[in-house]
Amino acid sequence: MALSGLEIYKLLPGGIKPPHPKANCKECGFPTCLAFAMKLAAKQAELSQCKYVSDESKAKLSAAAAPPIRLITLSADGRKVEVGNETVLFRHEKTFFHPAGLLVRVPDTLAEGEIVALAKAVADYKVDYVGMALRLDGLAVEAVSGDAGKFAAAVAAVRGACTLPLVLVTEDPTLMSAGLAKAVGVTPLLCAATAANWEAMAKLAKDAKAPLVLRADSVAGLAELTQKVVAAGVENLVLDPAVRGFSGSLQVLTQLRRLALKKNFRPVGYPSITFPYLGASDLAMEELLAGQQIAKYAGLVVLGNFDPAMVYPLLVLRANIFTDPQKPIQVEPGVYPINKPGLDAPVLVTTNFSITYFAVANEMESSGLPSWLLVADAEGMSVLTAWAAGKFDAEKIAKTVKGTGIAEKVNHRKVVIPGHVAVLMGELEEELPGWQIKVGPREAVDLPRYLKTAW
Amino acid sequence: MPVNVEVPIEKWSGSIRQVTLGATAAEGGTRGHTVTVGGQTTLPFLGFEGKVPNRPVIAVEVRAVNPSEEWPEPLAKAWGAAMNDAAAWAKAAEAAGADLISLQLTTVDSAGKRMTGATARKVLRAVLNATGLPVIVLGTGQAELDNEMLVACAEEGVGERLVLGPCEDKNYRTIVAAALAHGHLVTAKTPMDVNLSKQLTVLVHDMGIPMERIITDPTTGALGYGIEYGYSVMERLRLAALQGDSMTQQPMIVTPGEEAWRAKETRAGEGVPAAWGEWASRAVNWEAMTAAALVESGADIVVMRHPEAVGRVKKMIGELMAA
Repeated sequence: MALSGLEIYKLLPGGIKPPHPKANCKECGFPTCLAFAMKLAAKQAELSQCKYVSDESKAKLSAAAAPPIRLITLSADGRKVEVGNETVLFRHEKTFFHPAGLLVRVPDTLAEGEIVALAKAVADYKVDYVGMALRLDGLAVEAVSGDAGKFAAAVAAVRGACTLPLVLVTEDPTLMSAGLAKAVGVTPLLCAATAANWEAMAKLAKDAKAPLVLRADSVAGLAELTQKVVAAGVENLVLDPAVRGFSGSLQVLTQLRRLALKKNFRPVGYPSITFPYLGASDLAMEELLAGQQIAKYAGLVVLGNFDPAMVYPLLVLRANIFTDPQKPIQVEPGVYPINKPGLDAPVLVTTNFSITYFAVANEMESSGLPSWLLVADAEGMSVLTAWAAGKFDAEKIAKTVKGTGIAEKVNHRKVVIPGHVAVLMGELEEELPGWQIKVGPREAVDLPRYLKTAW
Repeated sequence: MPVNVEVPIEKWSGSIRQVTLGATAAEGGTRGHTVTVGGQTTLPFLGFEGKVPNRPVIAVEVRAVNPSEEWPEPLAKAWGAAMNDAAAWAKAAEAAGADLISLQLTTVDSAGKRMTGATARKVLRAVLNATGLPVIVLGTGQAELDNEMLVACAEEGVGERLVLGPCEDKNYRTIVAAALAHGHLVTAKTPMDVNLSKQLTVLVHDMGIPMERIITDPTTGALGYGIEYGYSVMERLRLAALQGDSMTQQPMIVTPGEEAWRAKETRAGEGVPAAWGEWASRAVNWEAMTAAALVESGADIVVMRHPEAVGRVKKMIGELMAA
């Protein structure tokens, strides 16, 4: 929680009671302590410019300047994932900044060939969504075998197969140490320290400069553990509230987020990690629980299985929830040629909301049919929404047809409007004399069939 | 050292109105039981903070006429021959775990002719006879036709506490009047906007229908097709309701089934990237994930299509309601 200028002033030499002998000394370069405080609040000055601020004030100021949820980075030689630093409980209040990291579990009991294949499949998985490449973020290698040699070999196999960030999962410090030794080139997240093993785990994390997961089944238990581990010198922490099911997970993650943001309660000011497969009865329920945790406050989500039919909806959900609500993704208005259209190719019109555009463009591209796609400036709204808001009316469509100069690119005078705005037909005929207005289907998916029969 | 943690609890001044759908014989209808939604005094499923007296429920969409080609194979296969007959379909929906039946009227009848009030009435009667669940009757969005069909249905189902909809800003008077005259409820549907939703609730209420008979439809998009807009509008409506804004305190109904099964991800089995995964399971996941996200953001009634997706979301709701 950022402090105001006046709150900062009360901690500076001129603002404390009684004032410090060096109050308003100007050595910081500002005329008074109050002026310096205002600059600090505006982040236009550094606290180190004041030589006389007390240690107590320094601690308070640096604590207040830290983000309420610490940013944690899992890095590897190829890719990295950053989570935390969130500032709101609801995306409409501002935005969610760091998309929840999605990782896949790799049990060390799999055969080496299976481990390599799984790691490669996860690393190579990529799916296009409205022009964005969506990918998975990492692997969580778990010491299910309880055997140090097997765990180390699994970590080595994963490292040999891909450059994804890693989580090493075991509560046994000896196993963790064996796995860590093979994680050369990455800074893995160590998972997990508990009330029973935290001293040994904290030492491993500190030596490896690795972030550490703390696991406890209550908020108070987590807060207690973070204080001990921070005192032992490990600052990059991730919380595992070991409450696994739908209800418990939603409530505890909400409580952690609220404590961090509303109370600025430092001991839980860290991102969290979840394991939806531990709270779900089967794969289908795991997917819904993972979805809940993406939307409601998990920083990292470890999936128990890798199945494209499950991963794709989760990645799209994440992209949707973490879209900045102030900036709907838009495409540039104008004329888009699809499949090398000629003079007789159909002319279609739609809005510049990215999802609308991509729905239409993807359909047309995959159909192989050539066409001219006119994109109207509807302020980034979909057809129905833009129509309801008066941003996609006959006048706007006519303006788009005229403004794009499409008349010079084709030898016909026919334009297809979306079925959802069929009511605009009459008005549009008046706005575009000489043009034949054709009403297309409501959904983009039906466009190719429509064009084959009705154009 | 043990740490004393005080979890922040919001002191909400408002709550969601309780709305009861359906009427039993004792109440003047013929339903086997009634279904009550709403009544929450906190955000979805936050039992540590307030009361969640009624669980969100699932309405299964039953079409007046077999949608045939319009519904893609993984969906059509799930219902099979039951889709030829709304009554048989309603029975199958009940067996699949539906809490409510959402009878979706159509623009043409099974012979391909324009629907009429008389046909709609017959279909509704067959559905009411086939199931003891409370029934929602939704029009097509074409004002003239909807008014004809919904007025006929309101008469046919007198006393059943049906839900009639959608009331939209351009067409609500006839539907609300029919609901008022025959003891039914209405849905008030607006395009993903908090203020438009409030305005329509005011207009509908001004016609004299009690707040306890209005359900809000804030509209949603499918996963990947604008769900984030619906999701956030629902969260904002729910927050406004809990903060005491009376015109946002209606239970919410959304139609994730219809939305999800319009997406290419559910409709296309061929010519799509391998990264999309197997068609049938991806398609069911798409509907289930869309519905689940909306339940988490405050939906009280979700209208769904695929029986497997229905089963999953119902199970999820059960687990979220468990203390």
